[in-house]
Amino acid sequence: MASVDIPAGMEQVYGYPESLTPAYTHYCPGCTHGLIHRLVAEVLDELGVREDTIGIAPVGCSVLAYYYFNVDMAEAAHGRAPAMATAIKRVSPDKVVFTYQGDGDLASIGIAEIVYSANRGEMFTTIFVNNAIYGMTGGQMAPTTLPGQVTTSSPIGRDVETAGFPMRMAELLGGLPGSAYITRQAVLDVPGIRRTKKAIKLAFQAQLAGLGFSMVEILSTCSTNWHLTPVGALDWAKENMIPYFPLGDTKVSDGVRALKEGK
Amino acid sequence: MTKELWEGNAAIAEAAIRAGVEAFFGYPITPQTEVLEHFSKRLPEEGRVFLQAESEVASINMVYGAACAGARVMTSSSSPGVSLMQEGISYIACSEVPAVVTNIMRGGPGLGNVQPAQGDYFQAVKSAGHGDYHMIALAPASVQETIDMVVLAFDLADKYRTLVIIVADGSIGQMMEPAEMPPMRPVRPPEERASWALTGAKGREHNIITSLYLGAEAMEAVNLRLQAKLREIEKNEVRWKEHNTEDADLLLVAFGTMGRVCQTVVREAREQGIKVGLLRPITLWPFPSDRITELAGQVKGILTVEMNAGQMVEDVRLAVEGACPVQFYGRTGGIVPLPDDILPELKKLAADVAGSKEVE
Repeated sequence: MASVDIPAGMEQVYGYPESLTPAYTHYCPGCTHGLIHRLVAEVLDELGVREDTIGIAPVGCSVLAYYYFNVDMAEAAHGRAPAMATAIKRVSPDKVVFTYQGDGDLASIGIAEIVYSANRGEMFTTIFVNNAIYGMTGGQMAPTTLPGQVTTSSPIGRDVETAGFPMRMAELLGGLPGSAYITRQAVLDVPGIRRTKKAIKLAFQAQLAGLGFSMVEILSTCSTNWHLTPVGALDWAKENMIPYFPLGDTKVSDGVRALKEGK
Repeated sequence: MTKELWEGNAAIAEAAIRAGVEAFFGYPITPQTEVLEHFSKRLPEEGRVFLQAESEVASINMVYGAACAGARVMTSSSSPGVSLMQEGISYIACSEVPAVVTNIMRGGPGLGNVQPAQGDYFQAVKSAGHGDYHMIALAPASVQETIDMVVLAFDLADKYRTLVIIVADGSIGQMMEPAEMPPMRPVRPPEERASWALTGAKGREHNIITSLYLGAEAMEAVNLRLQAKLREIEKNEVRWKEHNTEDADLLLVAFGTMGRVCQTVVREAREQGIKVGLLRPITLWPFPSDRITELAGQVKGILTVEMNAGQMVEDVRLAVEGACPVQFYGRTGGIVPLPDDILPELKKLAADVAGSKEVE
C-alpha cells in the first residue's frame, strides 16, 4: 500500500495499491476489469512480490493492462500470453509471472497455449476474466457466450447447433495433471469479490510454492455490449452465467490443499 | 581447436550453445529436427532451458517471452513452420527484442516436400510478417559458415535489438562436413540482462514491452525509429563473397547451396575460356545491391541461379537497373541444379550478350 502519514494511535487499513499505477483506466463505466486489476494488485502487495513480478497483458479489453499494473509487463499477441509466460518463467524462475486474459484470448484463439501450459504444470498464474462476449471489438460471440445469448455475430442468439457450446475452461484445465489450483469465482457482489481475492492470493501462493499451474477464472460483466445498466449486468450474470459456469474449485492439488489448510 | 565432422543441423544447435544461448523453444519438422534433438540433449546438460512447444505458434511466442525477459534465445524450423511464426516474428520486430530464428528451407508451397529448396527467399527478405520491417537474413553455404553465422546472428541480434534469421536449405542442414566449433562463451548471468528487459521493477519504473501504439503519430514514430535502425544495418552489415570477379565478363549471382554449386560452374566455365565471376550474397537482407550495381557496369550480363522459380533475381534486377541483361535459371521442388545444368545457361547468356554486341 502507498505510504501516507498516519496519526499516532491509528493504523492504515485501506489505501491505493503500490502494484497499480496512478493511471486512469480506459474501461467502460460498470466494467469489472478495474476491480479485478485492483484485487491482483492488492495480492501482489500483500505477498511483497511487486518488484519481482512480470505480467503479460492479452489482446482484448485489457490490452492496455500494462499501463495499470505497476510491475514489468509485456503485451502478447492474441492468445499467446501463456506461451510468453512459459518462457519468461523458465528463463527467470525466481520471478512471479502472471497472465491476464479474457475469454476470446484464452478460450478461443489461445486455447492450445493455455491447455499446454496447464498440462506442463508451468509455474505461473493466469487471471481469466470471463464476460461471455468480445468487448473490445464491439460485442461479438465469444467462446463463452451462453446458448441463446444475442451478440453482434449471433444476432438471433447463440445457436449451439451451429456455433457449438460455451467452453467451460475451469473444468477443462482442472482435469489436467499439471494444474495445481484451478477455480472459478465471480465479482458480481461483495462476498464474491472477497472470495475472488482469496482465490487470487492462493493462486499466487501456489506459484510461489512451486506447486504448478494456477488459474482463477472470474465471471465478469460487460454492461456496454450486453446493453444493460451496470447493476442490471450484475443481475444478468448471476441469473444466467452462474448456472452454466458453476462457481468453485475444479482442481486443488494436495500441495495446494496443504497450503490452504496451513493458513 | 581441431576440425570435427558435423552435420549442419546439429552444428547449428551446438554453435548456439557455444554462443551462450540460454533457451531453445521448437517443434519438430523435417529437414531440421536434428536441431531440436541436439538441443534436447545438450541444453539440460548445460543447465539451460529446452522446451518442445505444442506448435510453431507457441515456439515463436516463447522466444518472444524469453527475449522480453532479456535471455539469449532462439528457435528453428522449416518452411511451413516458419509460416506459422510470421505473426510472432512481426511482434518481435516491432517490440525490438533480440532473437534468432533458423529456417532450413524445404520444397513448397504448401506442405511441399522435405527436399532442399530456396523458395522462402521472399518470406525471409520481403514478407517476414505483417507491417514494415526487415529481419537480418543470413545465408550460409557450408556447415562451417553456418556455425560462424549462428554466433554472428546472436551478436547482431543483440547489437541492433532485432531478429536475425538464418536461411539455409535442407542440404546444408542434412550434410556432414569437417568444421570447427567456436570456444564456449559463458552464459550471460541474469543480473547482467539489459536495462529494458523484464526483470522485475526493483528500484526503477516498471518496464513495458509492447507492439501496440494506438495513436497514428506514435505508431509512425515507432516505424521511423525502426526504419532508421534498418538504414543503419544496411550501412554496416552487408556481407557477400566474390570469386573471380576481377576480370569477369559475365557474373553469376547465387546464394547458399546454389552459390557453392556455382563456384564449380565458374571453374569449369573458365577452363572453357568463359570469363565468369560469382557473387554470393551472405546477407540476403541487407542485400549487396551497391556491389552488384558496380559489377553491372563491368560485366556484359548476369545469370542468377536459385533453387526456386526466381526470387532473388528481382533484387538483382533492382540493383542492376537495366545496366546489363539479367537472366535467371532455377529449379524447384527440391531439385538442386548441377554445374552441368547451369553451364549451358551461362553459355546461352554469353551468346545472347555477344549477339547484342554485334547488333550494336
